[in-house]
Amino acid sequence: MTATRIALGHLNDIPRQGARIVQTPTGEIAIFRTLDDQIFALNNQCPHKGGPLAQGIVHGTQVTCPLHGWVINLDSGDAAAPDEGCVNRYAVDNEGGMLYLRTTDLFPHDRDGGLAG
Amino acid sequence: MTMRLVVIGNGMAGIRTVEELLNMSPDAYDITVFGNELQPNYNRILLSPVLSAEMPFEETILNSFDWYQQHNITLHAGHAVTHIDRIKRFVSTDDGLQTPYDRLLIATGSNPFMPPIPGIDLPGVIGYRSIADVQTMLAAAQTGGHAVVIGGGLLGLEAAYGLSLRGMQVTVVHLSNWLIERQLDKTGGDMLRKALIKRGLTFLMAHQTEAILGTGHVTGLRFKNGTEIAASLVVVAAGIRPNIGLAKSAGIYCERGIVVNDTLQTFDPRIYAVGECVQHRHQTYGLVAPLFEQAKVAANHLAQYGRMRYEGSQTATKLKVTGIDLFSAGDFHVTDDDEELLLQDATRGVYKKLVLRHNKLRGAILYGDTIDGPWYFQLLRDGTDISDMREHLLFGQAHLGDAGRSGAASIMNLPDSAEICGCNGIKKGHIIKTILEKKLFTLEEVRAHTKASSSCGSCTGLVEAILASTVGGDYSTQPSKKPLCPCTELSHDEVRSAITQLSLHSIPQLMQALEWKTTDGCAKCRPALNYYLLAAWPDSYQDDSRSRFINERVHANIQKDGTYSVVPRIWGGVTSAKELRSIADVADKYAVPTIKITGGQRIDLLGVAKTDLPAMWHDLADAGFVSGHAYGKALRTVKTCVGSEWCRFGTQDSTALGIRLEKMTWGSWTPHKFKLAVSGCPRNCAEATIKDFGIVCVDSGYEIHVGGNGGIKVRVTDFLCKVGTEEEVIEYCGAFMQMYREEAHYLERSAPWIERVGLSHVKQHIVDDPNNRSALFARFLQSQANAQTDPWQEHANGKEAFEYKPLATIEG
Ligand code: SRM
Ligand SMILES: Cc1cc2nc3c(=O)[nH]c(=O)nc-3n(C[C@H](O)[C@H](O)[C@H](O)COP(=O)(O)OP(=O)(O)OC[C@H]3O[C@@H](n4cnc5c(N)ncnc54)[C@H](O)[C@@H]3O)c2cc1C
Ligand code: SF4
Ligand code: FES
Repeated sequence: MTATRIALGHLNDIPRQGARIVQTPTGEIAIFRTLDDQIFALNNQCPHKGGPLAQGIVHGTQVTCPLHGWVINLDSGDAAAPDEGCVNRYAVDNEGGMLYLRTTDLFPHDRDGGLAG
Repeated sequence: MTMRLVVIGNGMAGIRTVEELLNMSPDAYDITVFGNELQPNYNRILLSPVLSAEMPFEETILNSFDWYQQHNITLHAGHAVTHIDRIKRFVSTDDGLQTPYDRLLIATGSNPFMPPIPGIDLPGVIGYRSIADVQTMLAAAQTGGHAVVIGGGLLGLEAAYGLSLRGMQVTVVHLSNWLIERQLDKTGGDMLRKALIKRGLTFLMAHQTEAILGTGHVTGLRFKNGTEIAASLVVVAAGIRPNIGLAKSAGIYCERGIVVNDTLQTFDPRIYAVGECVQHRHQTYGLVAPLFEQAKVAANHLAQYGRMRYEGSQTATKLKVTGIDLFSAGDFHVTDDDEELLLQDATRGVYKKLVLRHNKLRGAILYGDTIDGPWYFQLLRDGTDISDMREHLLFGQAHLGDAGRSGAASIMNLPDSAEICGCNGIKKGHIIKTILEKKLFTLEEVRAHTKASSSCGSCTGLVEAILASTVGGDYSTQPSKKPLCPCTELSHDEVRSAITQLSLHSIPQLMQALEWKTTDGCAKCRPALNYYLLAAWPDSYQDDSRSRFINERVHANIQKDGTYSVVPRIWGGVTSAKELRSIADVADKYAVPTIKITGGQRIDLLGVAKTDLPAMWHDLADAGFVSGHAYGKALRTVKTCVGSEWCRFGTQDSTALGIRLEKMTWGSWTPHKFKLAVSGCPRNCAEATIKDFGIVCVDSGYEIHVGGNGGIKVRVTDFLCKVGTEEEVIEYCGAFMQMYREEAHYLERSAPWIERVGLSHVKQHIVDDPNNRSALFARFLQSQANAQTDPWQEHANGKEAFEYKPLATIEG
């Protein structure tokens, strides 16, 4: 991987309280936009049974998984108590509305799990 | 400077308040707690299992010393506050500790009532309140001998049973003619006494103690009738008195307890009080459930949210003697206005008594089989009109047309390995272990920690029963009013009426007006609010797709692997070779891996990639199909049978009527899914009597059946009425759906809704009142005017196209 960042598009391509996915060779990354325009990027795989988090309902800085209702904190990637588990996070730069995924983060994983592949 | 909160009383209510406060506003106060006992806060309810050696004391500790430290709480354990200076605002102890406060919380609990008889102060005579009392009992039990328990109420019997398990000879002395006379009637009391005699206890009924004998230590008792009995230990369990001495000496207004208002404030506005020491609306309480409700409200006001009120509680009790099931709630002293329902089966050891007044449950006593306790308690607290279930009431909830999964006779007879929650594979032993390890009190907590009863909910009754028998007593801290979700204190009904009264037209506006606690709600409230707004303003409400569950957002059912299923509408289950051919073509074109005939008489195309959905819908629309809404809280299917067109028994054209009904009702959003069926004769091949709205055709017309449910808890419909024409069927159908849409809580199917409001209520508004019926029908049609656009077509034409496309693709 040569580039350190990849342009994803504009903030407004993602609905508020919603998410879109980014396809990568090793799996999907979900890019979330909260009500107050914060952007978060997580593996699109719930720590419970792999549910697609991007399809969940986004509230505050959390998303509720569509399959069995676990709540995942977008800022830490951790499941909300009492559930236990976590999802890999990635950094996204927001420059005047243009979003860039830091691809250097794509492979070194800060936690177990990693991308699907 | 941070405000200072001082708590007097390191017991269950005081610390619960602190916990609630820390949840709401962790940094609002510097907190200091004074506790008379040497231990950290423990679960007083579990003293009896400690006494009977069924549990070590350590397991009853709710908050360890570490917990206080972690939360920066200064704990003075073993120090009694002896003085409150309300002018200079500090409290002090006899051993010289002094702490100033900005807010004071009094939670001093109660004291055992020690009747003023000679000898009551002798060593060896104790109350039953604290772990120190248990330790005294255990020390006495070491040398064996004879113990006497004065008082045959719940506490007295638990003490007696525990002492006998520890090897003492135990006699219970009771003033009245039967045991637990405040919670039990004579029959129940006698059954209980027989069971306890079998377990080795001795009883002296209708005996009044005149004096406790002994010099230096208790040696025996003398009764009013002149007889005497020997004793080396006397436990007095003759009732409790709110512990208000300290408050009184500080000049805080007290009657039987410390008098508080609905915000748990005493007459001194800086001082709050919670727990057994409190008197609220003339009531004092001696069980934890109401105290926990108080704690929540007090914390809310200490955190200066100022939103909640405590409005009093109703309580239920349970005896914690292993192997004896006893439950009692409400009032069961029968007056002239009351009726009694009785069931007595000596062989099974079962006794049930329900007291009714004006068709509402006033009281319940269950002995031997207490599985329905929580259900009766719910009916009692909700003031549910039981006239429609009267004939089954005594036999329990399992008999309300239920042929489903519940109905286990006695939960305690099940082995630990019994699977309780079929959805999540949770066994009884695991639930008990988690309750004990994590110190859980409520159904919500058990759901969160074990996942039991958190999916389909059919095992809720069993889980509640396990909770009740594990933590004992009135485990149920469910408030009398159930908030819609943790983002609000308001109930479903309160939110619905606010929407119309305050003319709220959007979710953000609603959350602001009703002071939502979160910025944009949660996954529980947002879909409910979206539905309520849509139901209230069908002409003007802008649907909020962000507040819909994924299935409703992309108009297909998400599958476990993230693919989707597509179910086209097949009107009344009738199709044609041409339609089947186009479905086959679509399936081929998109390489659909599984094609299945559903239980709802249509065809399911399973395993479709999300990116293929719009194109597939486009092709289906071209072939004349619309969405089947198999994914929605909406009208689902209208099942029909072949009817008079073909069937030799058919009385009416059930197929055509079904199609007509489906054409009218498709596209409507409902609180939960809604299903119809039309059968051509009483053989009922379309299973109309387990549908939300079912028609059984007969020679002379149409029988209308409502509130049926297959699924988790099977419920056969109630018969609503019989009509003569198809036109009437159409009107009743629209009116019934509209009434359900306007009244039911979100995610409440028509079956539980009818059980909640009563069939009579529905009859009254639909059958007996033609004007209201046609008004409901008109409102239904009005809301349908905007509802019948096919969402598949819209999305195929580009609506919300972003849902189906990745934002970006990174090549490898
Ligand atoms: C496809 C189908 C099974 C089949 O292959 O036959 C089905 C599939 C699902 N049912 Fe069903 N139900 C299907 C007919 C039924 C029936 C039979 C009927 O309608 O006659 C029932 C019992 C009748 C009833 O509803 O009273 C039924 C009772 C349930 C229930 C329990 C509802 C209840 O009130 O107890 C659920 C759970 C829920 O809705 O919360 C459920 C939920 C589900 C869900 C949506 C589970 C989920 O959330 O993923 C399944 C979606 C799978 C999918 O993607 O298609 N399904 N489900 C049937 C679709 C019918 C259709 O044409 O639309
Ligand atoms: C054996 C037993 C079994 C029970 N079983 C059940 C049951 O099954 N179900 C149920 O719902 N309830 C049950 N209860 C009742 C339940 O335990 C009480 O309702 C609950 O503990 C009351 O909480 P509280 O905080 O008001 O009082 P407590 O828990 O008694 O706490 C008050 C604390 O304040 C301390 N204190 C008092 N004065 C001072 C002072 N001046 N300075 C410092 N500290 C002071 C006391 O030492 C005590 O620790 C049972 C009680 C007992 C004793
Ligand atoms: S289709 Fe229905 S019964 Fe079958 S597994 Fe899914 S929810 Fe359960
Ligand atoms: S896969 Fe997310 S909650 Fe189960």
